[in-house]
Amino acid sequence: MGESLRIYAKLVGAQGRAQASYRTSFWLDLIGSSIIVGADLIAVLVIFSRVPALGGFSISQTLVFFGIALTAFSIADLVVGNIERMRNYVRMGTLDAMLIRPLGVLPQLLANDVGFRRAGRVVYAGAVYVVALSYADIDWTPGRVVLVVSAPLFGAVFFAAFFVATATVAIWWVESGELANALTYGGRDLTSYPISIYGGWFRRMFAFGLGFAFVAYYPGLALLGDPDPLGGPAWLGWASPLVGIAASGVAALIWRTGVRHYRSTGS
Amino acid sequence: MGLVTATTDRVTIRNFAEFASLIGAIAASGFRRFWTYRQATVAALATNTMFGFLRTYVMLAMAALTPVVAGYTGPQLAAYVWTGQGLLGVVMLWGYADLADRIRSGDVVTDLLRPIHPVLNYLAVDLGRAAHGMIFRFLPPVAVGVIVFDMYLPQDLSTYPLFAISVLLAVIVCFACRYLVNASAFWLLDHRGVVMVWLFVSGLFGGLYFPIRFLPQWAALLIWLGTPGPSMLQAPMDIFVERDPFRVQLAIVGVQVFWAVLMLWACHVVQRRAERKMVIQGG
Repeated sequence: MGESLRIYAKLVGAQGRAQASYRTSFWLDLIGSSIIVGADLIAVLVIFSRVPALGGFSISQTLVFFGIALTAFSIADLVVGNIERMRNYVRMGTLDAMLIRPLGVLPQLLANDVGFRRAGRVVYAGAVYVVALSYADIDWTPGRVVLVVSAPLFGAVFFAAFFVATATVAIWWVESGELANALTYGGRDLTSYPISIYGGWFRRMFAFGLGFAFVAYYPGLALLGDPDPLGGPAWLGWASPLVGIAASGVAALIWRTGVRHYRSTGS
Repeated sequence: MGLVTATTDRVTIRNFAEFASLIGAIAASGFRRFWTYRQATVAALATNTMFGFLRTYVMLAMAALTPVVAGYTGPQLAAYVWTGQGLLGVVMLWGYADLADRIRSGDVVTDLLRPIHPVLNYLAVDLGRAAHGMIFRFLPPVAVGVIVFDMYLPQDLSTYPLFAISVLLAVIVCFACRYLVNASAFWLLDHRGVVMVWLFVSGLFGGLYFPIRFLPQWAALLIWLGTPGPSMLQAPMDIFVERDPFRVQLAIVGVQVFWAVLMLWACHVVQRRAERKMVIQGG
């Protein structure tokens, strides 16, 4: 265990050095990728310049949801976001090489191409979250202090599960292209707004069926101390660890099944 | 290598019919190429549909409070979202690297030997691709929008031909912008920075995340007239949802014509500069 951890650390370190050696490119990437995610925040601000509330929530409340969702997503994207490239590894047959090494396939994939340039997004997201919290007028209790940190972390676990599960699809469907984006980037957008704006079956399916409501909406409500307009009990705000772990379990199952059924493209 | 340079005489084309059939043949090749990417098309449609749902619910939440938001009613906003998700694949806002890849590999040199201006050649391929996109990327999301939501459909017959013209112009403007972004690879070894700026600006100024008219009027006007953004995405969407009376719709198409001509001219100039630079570099 200790031995393999040391190897992974070396792999990640080598990646970091490799990426930092193209300095201008690295910094451009780091800054650029943080600016891009700014478009979502602009969208929220512009929307609230036209209406006073969305699904029963003001801008300061919505920004708390937005902050949790963005921070959670950025952490997941930094750690496992590279798994998006799975389809390239499958198509080009480079996954074969990882299968014959005496290390886990998933950690290898992740260590192989860590997106250090995405670190800027985590900083940006964290800043948005902190600003949102300071505007939201939160009545701080010890419980809320725990929640304010745990919500984005377990949200990140939840998003990471979706990154892994959707990337596995490439094993069966090599040309799945941007399909995974529907649930990863789509999930980020979905959780950035109050769940109460989504209608009927769509809300049942994604917010509750897949669990996206527990990333930002319920923890956010618990932080704000506001009741759920959908009538959910207050303890749901504390359910995100459970939901995150459950999602990870399902993702691990899908991943193991996928790797067991992997047949090289032969190219 | 002999004396093949970028300044080699291009094969002259005798008449317009020959020219038109050439463009047609190239466009058809673009159509066929994308017809072979069936699985990728299905995957992209699923993603567009997901984002269509998400954005529609945000817009409907706005319309629930204010019946008319910046001149759009709820059904019009729904139509705005779904035509936007459809047109995304038609104008191909993202994911175009054909030219940049060829510049990096050096294959771009062969483009200069074709009997047709390189910009026109790439444009013809892109028009064929857009025709494919109109059938397989535009219609399915719009159909989902119509079935699931109370979505506005054009009431005036005149809107349909105007929409078709506007889409064509949007494809041309967007193509020209993408061409310029790609052509920056002639000068920059790594043009990722330019691509990033493009990703940010195109979605925002194109009106993908929210209609530009949600902004204060002076800002909206500045973006419409001062940038090609709205001309490559929002223009056909605004025409489709009939947000404005007919003469304003015509004015929107006029702005698009202006940007199409200006951006194609810019492509032409940049291409000439790039060709000279390539000769200097020794090909």
